Amino acid sequence: MMLTILILLPLLTALILAMSNAKASRTVALAGSGIQLLFSLLLLQNYLTERAAGNTALFLFESSSAWFPALNINFHIGVDGISIAMILLTASVVFAGVLVSWKIEKMTKEFFLLLIILSAGAYGFFISLDLFLLFFFLEVAVIPKYLLIGIWGSGKKEYSANKLALMLMGGSALVLVGMIGMYYNSGNSFDLVHLSTFHIPFYIQKIFFPFLFIGFGVFTAIFPFHTWVPDGHSSAPTAASMFLAGISMKLGGYGCLRVATYLMPEAAQYYSGYIVLVAAIAIIYGAFATMMQTDLKYINAYSSVSHCGFVLLGIGMLTKTAITGAVLQMVSHGLMTALFFAAIGMLYERTHTRAVKELGGLMKMMPFISTVFFIAGLCSLGLPGFSGFVAEMTIFVGSWQRSGMFYHIATILACMSIVVTAVYILRATGQSVMGPVNNPKFLTLTDAHWNEKLAAGVLIVGIVAIGVMPFWLNDLVSPGAEAIYNQLSRFALLK
Amino acid sequence: MTEFFFLMKHELSLVLILVFLLILKIRTKPIVNSSLINVMNVVFFLNFILGWFLNKDGSLFGGMFLNSGLLAFEKNILNLGTFIICLQASSWLKDHKHVPEFYMLLISTLIGMFFMLSSGNLLMFYLGLELSTIPLAAMCNFDMEKANSSEAAMKMIMSSAFSSGILLFGISLFYGMTGTFSLLGSGYNFDGSPLQVLSFLMLFSGFAFKLSVVPFHFWTADVYEGSPVSVTSYLSVISKGAMVFVFSSVMYTTFKGIATVWYDAMVVLSILTMVVGNLFALRQNNMKRFLAFSSIAQVGYILIGISGSSESGMAASIYFILIYIFSNLGAFGVISLISSETGRESIDDYKGLYKTNPMLGWVLALSLFSLAGIPPTAGFFGKIFLLTAGAAKGNYLLITIASLNMIVSLYYYLRVIRAVFMDSNENAIEPIKSQTSIKLAIILCVAGILVTGFANGLYEYILSLSHGM
Repeated sequence: MMLTILILLPLLTALILAMSNAKASRTVALAGSGIQLLFSLLLLQNYLTERAAGNTALFLFESSSAWFPALNINFHIGVDGISIAMILLTASVVFAGVLVSWKIEKMTKEFFLLLIILSAGAYGFFISLDLFLLFFFLEVAVIPKYLLIGIWGSGKKEYSANKLALMLMGGSALVLVGMIGMYYNSGNSFDLVHLSTFHIPFYIQKIFFPFLFIGFGVFTAIFPFHTWVPDGHSSAPTAASMFLAGISMKLGGYGCLRVATYLMPEAAQYYSGYIVLVAAIAIIYGAFATMMQTDLKYINAYSSVSHCGFVLLGIGMLTKTAITGAVLQMVSHGLMTALFFAAIGMLYERTHTRAVKELGGLMKMMPFISTVFFIAGLCSLGLPGFSGFVAEMTIFVGSWQRSGMFYHIATILACMSIVVTAVYILRATGQSVMGPVNNPKFLTLTDAHWNEKLAAGVLIVGIVAIGVMPFWLNDLVSPGAEAIYNQLSRFALLK
Repeated sequence: MTEFFFLMKHELSLVLILVFLLILKIRTKPIVNSSLINVMNVVFFLNFILGWFLNKDGSLFGGMFLNSGLLAFEKNILNLGTFIICLQASSWLKDHKHVPEFYMLLISTLIGMFFMLSSGNLLMFYLGLELSTIPLAAMCNFDMEKANSSEAAMKMIMSSAFSSGILLFGISLFYGMTGTFSLLGSGYNFDGSPLQVLSFLMLFSGFAFKLSVVPFHFWTADVYEGSPVSVTSYLSVISKGAMVFVFSSVMYTTFKGIATVWYDAMVVLSILTMVVGNLFALRQNNMKRFLAFSSIAQVGYILIGISGSSESGMAASIYFILIYIFSNLGAFGVISLISSETGRESIDDYKGLYKTNPMLGWVLALSLFSLAGIPPTAGFFGKIFLLTAGAAKGNYLLITIASLNMIVSLYYYLRVIRAVFMDSNENAIEPIKSQTSIKLAIILCVAGILVTGFANGLYEYILSLSHGM
């Protein structure tokens, strides 16, 4: 019941938005996303009480009703700790996204409508336990992005929007093939729980695992299918960038983990070397590519490629700690990158430039925004006390547990990228907010408004809460990660 | 005797309307267009509603004419599509000189299609086919003052004559082999001997012409472009839908014995159709041509579903046609309205449409998304079910090609979306006030697009009807 409400709330908000006028729409969107955030917290609380009461079922609040019985498609929903973490992330990012878009003037109503529909897609994706349903929501979350970038974006927005939509749809086309392949080789079932108990033959897994992993991988910027990320992020309006990097890229990571790895454990082990390889390339390449960027949004976009590489690295290493780390990294990167984009958006709105060289000395006029910007940067480079450190550290520890020279080298290389991250982050933040004021026009600029403060506040609370007390998130997600790990060891291929 | 009325109910009610129109035409008093159009809209609506009642299974004239729940359902779908098209045609027809003739031709083709659907015999099938194509050619020429309208009619009649020839050759071979025209229960064993394969291929190509399957598609784009928009939508939706229904049932019942050639022909042609249709659609600038090629590509997906050769394949293709009717007519409704009010049909003219006509912009977007198979529109369900049915034989390569084709198709649908929502245009289409009937047609299509996918009962119903096949 709770999960159904979780889906219905954004749909209801969207419906009210569709009927309201432009002026009222932002209030409606804020109210809707605010209630959704509170509701997600309530869901977390209920989940924890349920677990504390000794409920050890893998998925809680499960419910299933027949949708297309002839094809064995069910409306099967349920959550584990990983999904709850993702739902919380989505709720915070969408709430913050609505707040930072408070001043949007062009087609206000449509903007919020699309944003809320997008969020409905993400919520649905994270609670689906039926592959058909999961795929449905995955695709729901693509086209609104196209419109958001194409209509409200900046720069070469049409090109970026097209590239993003086509590449993501390409990814989901691969997912579709993998999904249908699994369907026919598991006694006609799309059901995730059924598929996890059904042992799909290894040779079938070998065929369809790449489809699913690469398909979802496109969403999470797997190398070499990451090219939509820089263009998409940089052209998108602030809220859409936040959503794209914060949530959309996590859809892919979640899919890789929950669908590809969980349901085809042997193939995951068979291909794990390749996954680690592309992840390591993405991490290093992303980090070095970021060094060359001069536009703040491009910096964050390329660093997202690098950071999402960590997610894939964690998944590819296949140890329990690494998988937990991958989930932590998804949450952490979601919050951090959303904060980063929010801060960049706030700066851009005032200075009308995103070039690092043209900014400078903003700390004097805009202490709040500059601090937020700095916090996001520090989290990105993995400073202890923020979530980035916790997540990356867990991944490194988990990766090191995997024996074999190849995996050790990959881990070492990934660790070394942290240094590169520090270089570009410190350079970008230092040049843009510290130092002398480059442009006299900046002297008259004002600091953040209430909405921007609230948006940043929500995200920072999340980042610090994970950074200072990582155990709560760790406890939340580790049963889910353990289930995936158990699946891997049950069908152990290596050893 | 009463059985006769029940079994031929759909056809008889259309004949009744036809007679009514003839009498109306004979009267000397001039007919007021607008009132006739309104009356006809109501009549088509009643015809659609009445189609649902008092259906009976059975056969007439020694197996010449069949009726079953599935056939009645298919006819109802076609009735619904025709009703929507008539609603949309009102703004085009209101100043036309030959309104009763238009309806007469329309009804004649529909009767032809119904007979074709119900035929249990190749002769009856051929009669129905000709009855449905020849008036259609006259309808293509209905904008008589336009040269390309006549060209369209000419191309239509030539190509259909050619395809009928091929079809007849196939039929005569079929008769030579089996000694009967009956499509059902000839007792003849199809085992794939060369003569059977030849006959099958001839019949298949005849169908392929009508369905505009590549490489038999060359007439499609020109005919679609030259015909009046309402006729184009009729061609692309109703005529194609009826063909798909007949095609799938003939393929499933009569020719199932020739398994290998049957399957290979389906797969090769579906790949060709998707790829060529999509690639050609990329370059089109005229909305009607653009939709013509996109509808060619859609047939490719339908062939995939049929190639699964299972009940779910049959059900998926019927379900898809129903959804396709709503989505394509939604798009054609907007195009028809804009074309009849402003005469503009190129994609560039649609730039900035959202600023001036937000509702039309949304409707067009929704229809195109449904055609592209984007959730939550019904098109998503239609496509996924077709692909799922098609994969039943384990041909995952085909499914991969199809899903990659869906990306190509998304590219050109997005081109229109981009023109409507993102591009600015100083010379954008003026705000259009539409008549009630057109609004109604559009509302029907939008409701269909949004609801059909989630109405799971509908799919189950179609599946239960297909059980007999």
